[in-house]
Amino acid sequence: MADKMELRDVEVWDGNMAASQALRQVQIDVVAAYPITPSTPIVENYGNYLANGYIDGEFVMVESEHAAMSGCIGAAAAGGRVATATSSQGFALMVETLYQASGMRLPIILNVVNRALAAPLNVNGDHSDMYLGRDSGWIQFDAYNPQHAYDLNFIAFRVAEDHEIRLPAMVHQDGFLTSHTAQGVKTMDDDTAYNFVGEFKPMNDMLDLDHPVTHGVQTEEDWHFEHKARQHNDLMTKVFPKIEAAFDAFEKMTGRRYNIVETYKTEDADAVVVCMGTSVETAYEVADELRADGKKVGVIGIRVVRPWPHAQIAEALKGIKAIGALDRSSPNGTFGMLYNELAGTVVNSGEVKVLTNYVYGLGGRDLTKVHLREIYAELLANAEAGKPTTPLQQLIGVRGPKISFH
Amino acid sequence: MNNGWNDFEIGAMLRSFDGAVNDVATTLQEDRPYSKSNSFTASVADWRIEKPIFNKDYCIDCQFCWIYCPDISIISRDKKMVGVDYDHCKGCGICVEVCPTNPKSLLMFAEQEDEDKALAGWPEKEKKEN
Repeated sequence: MADKMELRDVEVWDGNMAASQALRQVQIDVVAAYPITPSTPIVENYGNYLANGYIDGEFVMVESEHAAMSGCIGAAAAGGRVATATSSQGFALMVETLYQASGMRLPIILNVVNRALAAPLNVNGDHSDMYLGRDSGWIQFDAYNPQHAYDLNFIAFRVAEDHEIRLPAMVHQDGFLTSHTAQGVKTMDDDTAYNFVGEFKPMNDMLDLDHPVTHGVQTEEDWHFEHKARQHNDLMTKVFPKIEAAFDAFEKMTGRRYNIVETYKTEDADAVVVCMGTSVETAYEVADELRADGKKVGVIGIRVVRPWPHAQIAEALKGIKAIGALDRSSPNGTFGMLYNELAGTVVNSGEVKVLTNYVYGLGGRDLTKVHLREIYAELLANAEAGKPTTPLQQLIGVRGPKISFH
Repeated sequence: MNNGWNDFEIGAMLRSFDGAVNDVATTLQEDRPYSKSNSFTASVADWRIEKPIFNKDYCIDCQFCWIYCPDISIISRDKKMVGVDYDHCKGCGICVEVCPTNPKSLLMFAEQEDEDKALAGWPEKEKKEN
């Protein structure tokens, strides 16, 4: 049995430390990992815990992120609790295997510390890797700060390992902004944390030699569609109730409340921005300041990126006149993902709204309060006019002449 | 087989056997409770263009063909050669290649060839050239 670690009620942790402590507390059987900036410290810390006797499991050193996820898939199919961490190019290298993990319905937890994709090379944060994995069939949680990175790991394990779900899950945090910024993180003691997730119960594991199974079979046109349909159906119908239940249980245990869609001052708002990651908390501050000036503005933070919380967002957007979709990834030839998804949601909500796409913060470029105030000013003008008063897509904070499209 | 997407077990996985299996290694293939989704229950005979035909008269039961067959399609019982499992044999010809007898006790014939006719026209023992 591994040693217990004494934690203070509040520890000063950065996002990476928070994630690695969560991985330690759930007592993972196998971590197969390859280090990549900025997620390196997650597995580095994990290796330290293992070396110092705080972990019982195995740590597999591999030669690439592709092998890391492959190792995780093998270990999970064999019947173990499995997790790893990655970023950016490493995530991109994992993509091929991400589909294997979700198709084989293996509950692996992947901590993704979001970082820009090259070229040009950049170790700083944006959401390009998050967007890259959005169709891979994984559940995707988004943390805005180290506390969330810690808490959402437990929730991710609980949801992913549920026998009705059995889907892998990612916990995203912003590279450097969350991963390397230390804040006070409220902790749980080892037993409480472990009990929230509970003992791992394998399903159809390969090491059950009395009931041998073949994993990841070839199906071709005969059955491929049916497998994907089942996976899609489970994501669309079963995951949200389980996440909701996990959020409820987590609130009961810790008093910390998470929502699938985080709304802030949206009840009577005319204009909201919809964003993810650290920008959400900056937007909270700006909304507070604008509210003090009597401007009716709010913030919607996306907590669960996949499955896309269509109904919850439609509910949150009721009565809102102008929406700004803030995409932190290069759209490279279209609107941002968030804009596209919101557009689908808005069209089907039956209420006509003005939707604008703002692309910001690529490669770690700051999104300042000044930027957000400008965005809110435009959105409020749109709300009053009832139509877009500015181009539908604008790039925020880029040098040179203003870039906007459509 | 399953009917629709909602009848599937979770994950792209197949069960090899119906129920638990004890000691697979010492259980003969025909006695194992293979499930319908196991590839053993499917025939791949139509993959074949040529088939090996087994001639008992020359066989020395060396088991070379049995151990070399990549598809476990050589049937051997109590270390005696019995024949070829034509449901799973894909006609690769490895068994013929490794057969050490003279003449060979396994030879490849066209898929449509009649077995009796093939056995009747089996080649004579080759004389070694000195």
